[in-house]
This record gives sequence, C-alpha cells and structure tokens, in this order.
Amino acid sequence: MPCRTEFLIFVMHFTSEQLQRYNRHIILPEVGQEGQEKLARSSVFIVGAGGLGSPLGFYLAAAGVGVLGIIDHDVVELSNLQRQIAHSTQTVGMPKVQSARATFERLNPDVAINVFHERLTDQTILERIRPYDVVVDCSDNFVTRFLVNDACVLTQKPLVSGAILRFEGQVTTILPGKGHCYRCLFEDLPPEEIRYSLQLSGLLGALPGTIGALQAMEVLKCLLGIGKLLTNRLLIYDALKSEFRTVKVSRNQSCPVCRDIHSPS
Amino acid sequence: MKLMINGEPHETGQTTVSGLLAELAIQPERVAVEVNHAIIRRIEFDSFLLNDGDAVEIVNFVGGG
Repeated sequence: MPCRTEFLIFVMHFTSEQLQRYNRHIILPEVGQEGQEKLARSSVFIVGAGGLGSPLGFYLAAAGVGVLGIIDHDVVELSNLQRQIAHSTQTVGMPKVQSARATFERLNPDVAINVFHERLTDQTILERIRPYDVVVDCSDNFVTRFLVNDACVLTQKPLVSGAILRFEGQVTTILPGKGHCYRCLFEDLPPEEIRYSLQLSGLLGALPGTIGALQAMEVLKCLLGIGKLLTNRLLIYDALKSEFRTVKVSRNQSCPVCRDIHSPS
Repeated sequence: MKLMINGEPHETGQTTVSGLLAELAIQPERVAVEVNHAIIRRIEFDSFLLNDGDAVEIVNFVGGG
C-alpha cells in the first residue's frame, strides 16, 4: 500500500556516478529510475541514533533517500559500540547525531542530513516531524514511543516502529487512518522498572542490525509504494530460536489516540 | 482445554487471561494479549473467558532501541 499520496512532479537528472551508485535499484522493475527519483525527493525522520538508528541510517543513506533528520540527545559511550555501528572508538564523547551524520555522509554525500542534539518532547515533536514524509521510531524508552505514536497519528504521518530487548525484536508499520496504532496494541506505559530497560537487560549486538534493516526495508517500500507493509501486523523476531512470527493487530475501536481519525464504519 | 499460545499448542485448566498469565509466570503489566486476533484490554484480563481452541498471542513490551 503506498503511503505517499502525492508527489511533486519534476524532472531530476542523475549524474553518471549516481546512475552507477543506484544501478542495482534502477534495474529492479519495481524501482527503476522513477523510483530512485522518488527516494531522492523523500525525507525520513529518525528518532534515536543508537542500535536501531545505526543500521537504519546506513541503509537509508546508501539507498539515496534525499533528506534524513536525526534526533538524539545522547553522546557516544564505549558501551554503545558493541551494537551501535554508526559510531566508532574515535567518536566516543561526541554527540551521537554528529557521529552518525559523519558516518552516513562518508557513505553517501548525496544525502542531506539534519541533526538535532536534543531530547524529543511534547513541545517540540510536531515541529520536528512536520517537514518529513515518514517517521521511524528507534528510541530506547516507552515514554518517547508513546509520544512519537501520538504525534504521528495526529499529523497522519507513516510511522515505522522498531524495538529490541535481550534476544527479541519487534517491527510494525503504522499508517494513521488505515490501521492500528501503537496504543491500539500497547494501551499505556509499562511498569517503571522496564521503561528504560536496555541498560539493565542487555542485548546481543547483531539484534538491532536485523531489526533496523527490517525497518529500513519498510521505509523504502513505503516511500516507493511497493509491496505489503507491516500495517495491522507486528513482526516478532526471536533471535535465540531463529524464528519470526507475525501477530495480526486490529485497530482498537475505542483507542484514545486514533479512534477519531478513522471514518465511521 | 487446548489453546494455541504464540502458535504453539498448550493445555491448561485456566479459564481467564489472568489465570493463564499466572500459570505461565508472566506479569500482566509486561505484555499485551490477543485472543483470536482481538486485543484484550488489561482491565478485562480477570473477566475474559477463554474457550477451547482459542488462539492466544502474548506480546512482550519491548522498548529498547
């Protein structure tokens, strides 16, 4: 299901280097030069430049998405480097958004990267996400997850949500007005002791690579309008069993956040 | 009664969502529960009655990034 309903129509001219860089996209009938132009005209807002934001940003930058916005208030710590592959030993102490921007710019200078070294709050979120086509939740806490969901529903922006803990990962795609939202599934904040749980519970380092790459794939499909998104579905990855399962998620008719944006049925 | 929990068969004597979660040693506040693809509100966990053959999905709260 395409998540973008309108495109500015104008002719883009790729250089011969860009035609080479994106060749393996362009030769796909589902993408083509037209699809590559769509990506170049697209913008994606990434909440969190950590475990998930690293592979996600890598793949979106590599794919030639025109504009990436990245928000994160943290600085790079040594304990991040077992999984947060956008950062490196040399960038310990640097704001994560700056470290990530430098990494992604090295990969693909075509991509414009806006960074926000700040915490996302209910005061700033609408202004921050407004210019972007798709929002991706790579955050590390439930307070931000609920905030991002509510703002995306309010502004009817597609949201690709990913989460990880220990050996489990989850991905879902929310198209406000066309399916479930995060609060339809998870009603309210979990107990305090698991809201900020990664520091206490740990995770195996390749897990965010799997989930972040799945999020990147959802974003690219959404921008290109191809395939079937994880709308009304939650994909769960059990890394210990090497198993995926898909849970169907129905919209909650009495969801306090999204019930009013759906037309009565 | 026989249930399918997360796609796996499970035999239980429990008749409510709360009872089932207790049997599985799962804290109710840490999960979302679906029965036959419908989300069960947490306030209904004590009262919602399970039936033989129900498909139950128990989804962990996972919030790391």
